[in-house]
Amino acid sequence: MKRRVSKLGFIDIKNPELKQFLKDKISITALCVLVILYAAILFAEFFAVYNKDYSNRKLSYAPPSNVYFIDKEGKFTKPYTYNWKREFNKDTLSIEYKQDRSQKYYLKFFKKGFEYKFLGVIKCSRHFVSVENGGELYLLGLDINGRDNFSRLLYGGQISLTIGFLALFISFPIGLLYGGISGYLGGVADNIMMRFAEAIMSIPSFYLLIILAAILPSGMTSSQRFALITVILAFIGWAGFARVVRGMVLSIKTQDYIKAAVVCGCSKARIIIKHIIPQTSSYVIIAMALSIPSYILAESGLSFLGLGIQQPDASWGNMLKEAQEFANIIYRPWLLTPGFLIFVAVLSYNLIGDTIRDVLDPKSKIST
Amino acid sequence: MSVWVFILKRIIQSLPIIILVSIISFFLIRLSPVDPLAELKLNPSISKETLEHEKQRLGLDKPVYIQYVYWAKNFIKGDMGTTVTGERVSDKIKERVANTVLLSLSVLFWTWMIGIPVGVFAALNYRSAFDRFLTIFSSVGMAIPSFFFAILLLIFAQKTGWFPIGGLTSSGFYSMNIFEKMFDIMHHLFLPTLVLTTISLAGLSRQMRANLLDVLDSDYVKFARAKGLSESKVIVKHALRNAVNPLVTLLGFEFAGLLSGAALTEYVFQYPGLGRLILEAVLKSDINLVMASLMIGSFMLILGNILADILLKLTDPRVSVR
Repeated sequence: MKRRVSKLGFIDIKNPELKQFLKDKISITALCVLVILYAAILFAEFFAVYNKDYSNRKLSYAPPSNVYFIDKEGKFTKPYTYNWKREFNKDTLSIEYKQDRSQKYYLKFFKKGFEYKFLGVIKCSRHFVSVENGGELYLLGLDINGRDNFSRLLYGGQISLTIGFLALFISFPIGLLYGGISGYLGGVADNIMMRFAEAIMSIPSFYLLIILAAILPSGMTSSQRFALITVILAFIGWAGFARVVRGMVLSIKTQDYIKAAVVCGCSKARIIIKHIIPQTSSYVIIAMALSIPSYILAESGLSFLGLGIQQPDASWGNMLKEAQEFANIIYRPWLLTPGFLIFVAVLSYNLIGDTIRDVLDPKSKIST
Repeated sequence: MSVWVFILKRIIQSLPIIILVSIISFFLIRLSPVDPLAELKLNPSISKETLEHEKQRLGLDKPVYIQYVYWAKNFIKGDMGTTVTGERVSDKIKERVANTVLLSLSVLFWTWMIGIPVGVFAALNYRSAFDRFLTIFSSVGMAIPSFFFAILLLIFAQKTGWFPIGGLTSSGFYSMNIFEKMFDIMHHLFLPTLVLTTISLAGLSRQMRANLLDVLDSDYVKFARAKGLSESKVIVKHALRNAVNPLVTLLGFEFAGLLSGAALTEYVFQYPGLGRLILEAVLKSDINLVMASLMIGSFMLILGNILADILLKLTDPRVSVR
């Protein structure tokens, strides 16, 4: 039973559990959505129309550019767009954006634009879509600083969608080791270790999160901040996981093969790492799949409050910060797009997690 | 084991955890580079005596572990110090805790009132259109970020004008009679409750459905049916009772989740709860307030768990403390 589960990592097509997973239409759809999202952020610079530092101060809060496929005579043409013109309306005392109909700008595909490194290695300057020289293309409007929302969504996704994964790879090994040691040693050590884990769990996690984020020293570089936020997220998650692992270890350690290992003279560390922890793998896979969305939500919540990823770096959470103002949410609904993306990503992860849980069904497998 | 012994044991059990929580949170905050009196010193309305009292109270000239003892002693006595604006922390906390408990209870009430029947109905109509709809609904409910949903509802409230935005009471609250007051509070509670209920409803109804499906499959239910009991009796008397028990355990967890989840919702709706208090305190680096609200939050969480355990003990006599 254990073998089959552990093959999940190598994608064995004949694996019956994988087959069952692939039959499920909802989870396949969710998987496709995630693949698209991750492809988009992996090739963010390729898909982005503007680079990270771009900002057009003259067009703050301009709405999305309209792209036309049919010209005035009703004929299909190459897609084109118009630039925005900023006008002051004297009656309503507000700034309005009007299309500058004097000049058409055709969209260009695979045109050369700003230079970037494709996949972080290959120098490249082609972009999926851009516009003729002089034209401006804002697929999802602009924010207060005149930054292109569409491009920033791509860059923000790079942070929002990966931070959960990274935190997972910190918190799960810690939880596994902690739970494994505590469960295997038992007695006083177990008691002390578990009380500590319970104490961490007794602090409302979001309170702990904001306090940890607030004590981060200011004046860090953005990559330092990213790393520390990841560590903080990981710090919240490990305790609950460790407790479950401990419970499992308590039942595993009574099994004969563990006694055999003890008789063979294995050290405690070896027994815990080599013999006990691998036994929990099916639970670990499920728990990991199920906890990614909560990390994504935690990061976006933190950044939304202004305690996570800081400007000028984009993350979906801190982009939503602007949506807090009433004027923004009513007149500039495109600022809500990061929220929809968080929702879509979390929903896809949840649906996949549900299917994995159904397929692997931890309860029946752990007890056997 | 009688219920009282159970309660006593459960409380004694959680004492070391409370002490540990206080140690962890104390040292976490002392780790931060912020001078705990910096904000107080900057405030001209704070007198020299208050500052001196704070210094004495916190024992700032002594080593960290002594400071902890000082702090703990005062905390037990109920003296939590003053906020940066000069108010007493304990007064502020009292007011906020009541609001957060009110919100949490209202959310729990609606979640259970709606979640249980919906879960039961879905389990009884397994694989029907309603069941499938519930699965989709609960996935959506679990996936929507609370603050995002709250923002969407704010747009709704703004556009329709049906609901007040922010706070817990209207401006003319003190001149209202008792019914108007109750209505006013409920009116303000509605949107935050809606956000949090939608999110926890998904988990609860799904859990209820799964439990009932499990129980309906068990031998004793089959036996009850074989005896010729009416279907309603089988479900209400035999199946439901056992299906609800695991949910009572969940109640404690749910309360914990509510405390955390409510923080963001409170922030968006400007609801005067504990979550928003701690957030503001953190942003203003108001150390006394942060410490106190962190401790009270943890207290409430532990208390919620104990209450859930007691409830479970009452519904299921087999439960005991190890």
